Amino acid sequence: MSLFIKKAIHDIRQNRFLNAVTVITIALSVLIVSAFMLFLINTTEIMNSWKNGIRIMAYLKQGTPAADIPGLKKKILTMYGTQEVLFISKSEALNLLKDQMQRQASLIDNLKENPLPDAFEIRMIPASQNWEKVEALAADIESLPQVVEVEYGQQWLGRFTNILNLFKLASYALGALFFLAAVFFVANTIRLVLYSRREEIEIMRLVGATNRFIKIPFYIEGIIQGGLGGMVGLAVLFVFFMLASSKVGQDFSAGYFTIRFLPPDILIFVIIGSMFIGWLGCYLSLKQFLKV
Amino acid sequence: MIEEQEKSAIIRLFHVYRHYGSKNALIDITLDVFKNEFLFISGHSGAGKTTLLKLMYLGESVSDGQIIIDGMNLSRISRNRIPYLRRNFGIVFQDYKLIPTKTVFENVALVLEAAGVKRRQIQKKVRSVLRTVGMEQRQKSLPPSLSGGEQQRVAVARAVVGDPKIILADEPTGSLDSDAADFIFDLLKRFHTRGATVVIATHDRELIKKAGDRVVHLTSGRLETPSNI
Ligand SMILES: Nc1ncnc2c1ncn2[C@@H]1O[C@H](COP(=O)(O)OP(=O)(O)OP(=O)(O)O)[C@@H](O)[C@H]1O
Ligand SMILES: [Mg+2]
Repeated sequence: MSLFIKKAIHDIRQNRFLNAVTVITIALSVLIVSAFMLFLINTTEIMNSWKNGIRIMAYLKQGTPAADIPGLKKKILTMYGTQEVLFISKSEALNLLKDQMQRQASLIDNLKENPLPDAFEIRMIPASQNWEKVEALAADIESLPQVVEVEYGQQWLGRFTNILNLFKLASYALGALFFLAAVFFVANTIRLVLYSRREEIEIMRLVGATNRFIKIPFYIEGIIQGGLGGMVGLAVLFVFFMLASSKVGQDFSAGYFTIRFLPPDILIFVIIGSMFIGWLGCYLSLKQFLKV
Repeated sequence: MIEEQEKSAIIRLFHVYRHYGSKNALIDITLDVFKNEFLFISGHSGAGKTTLLKLMYLGESVSDGQIIIDGMNLSRISRNRIPYLRRNFGIVFQDYKLIPTKTVFENVALVLEAAGVKRRQIQKKVRSVLRTVGMEQRQKSLPPSLSGGEQQRVAVARAVVGDPKIILADEPTGSLDSDAADFIFDLLKRFHTRGATVVIATHDRELIKKAGDRVVHLTSGRLETPSNI
């Protein structure tokens, strides 16, 4: 095995320019695709932190008897996606309001009657927080006869989720495209190397080398190219990330969220993926070349 | 009886033909080469000597007829067995076929690497065979920097390093003066003594006379001497 690795490294050295071009191509593909991933992961994270704040407020009819409350609560709890249902009585609501108004609290004290309705505050299971489900649950709750009005999250959040999903789809397509391009490039380099060494390969065969013996160094070469390309691409992305986050971080992230780099499992996935690109490129051109 | 066993054929050709387009390079060749024989194939340029050797190691395949190498019928051998067939042979090619970008040492070592020999063993064997052919001083040189005779010696070293059963040598003294030719010839004789079967294609009449071994003669693709003894 070490013999094959030695040979592969020797080959890479001999064809430095060609190999450099391939590594750079893979690195660029990895850079672009993982930049998209970085963006997606962070926006999804931010979205989630916003969504965690999603509550549905259900306001009840004036004069709903207190005896109805536990039954209603149970009913809402059984609905799909609810995690927690909190009853907020009109007097509690008033107290909350007073707390919030502080200086103007005396205004409220002057009221003869509490104008606020009883309400339920519903929190959703985090997993089920995609926008359609929020809307569906809200509609279900609104259909209860005791409920007058339902209020939930900011509408723009929904629209933003849709845009994000579209973006996700686009980046999958882009990922596939760059994957193919990178494979194509590796295949081409290996093909050129094979071509420039066809005489040597022929001699190896004449002295009894198996196809396997001839192929393995090329595979190792492809995998090394892929791995290097992956690492270079991620390293460049990391540099950009540091530059960008040091600027954005200060005025943006403070309390709400932090922007993070790709997690380790994704980094490993990307590098293994780019090694696979190297392997596949090799496989394709070797298959074609050694058949003849 | 013992005579008979020793005379068992390691290479057998039955009515072998090879043509290139309409050109007949070999016509109806039937020939047995015996174990540990030292055989010359003589003939003028273009008679078909190289082609005949190529057919034996499947560098080319026959147009018609059968070849059996050490019991293996070449027309039935599967593609992925070809490398193993070739490991029976040590071949000195007419044009040497040394890899120009690899050193003398690497060129010779390649045979053993391909056969999966351990690295330490490779070091030892290659050194020893380069010493035998007198090229150990040049083991780090690249073939293009060597003279024709030196390249030929490296080619012989590569042919014998794997202790092959059969050595095929195509004009191994082709471009050499008589001293250098004698040296190569003695080398081949030495490996013959160690038990290898040696087949030499040459038009060097001097060499053939000196050796006094069996000679078959090719004329325009036909074998002249009767092949059966
Ligand atoms: N690949 C090929 N395509 C077409 N014709 C070929 C091919 N190889 C050999 N020939 C022809 O077959 C004939 C025999 O060639 P071969 O190389 O076997 O001769 P040779 O006896 O080895 O000659 P030399 O002593 O010059 O090496 C020649 O006429 C040659 O032109
Ligand atoms: Mg010839």
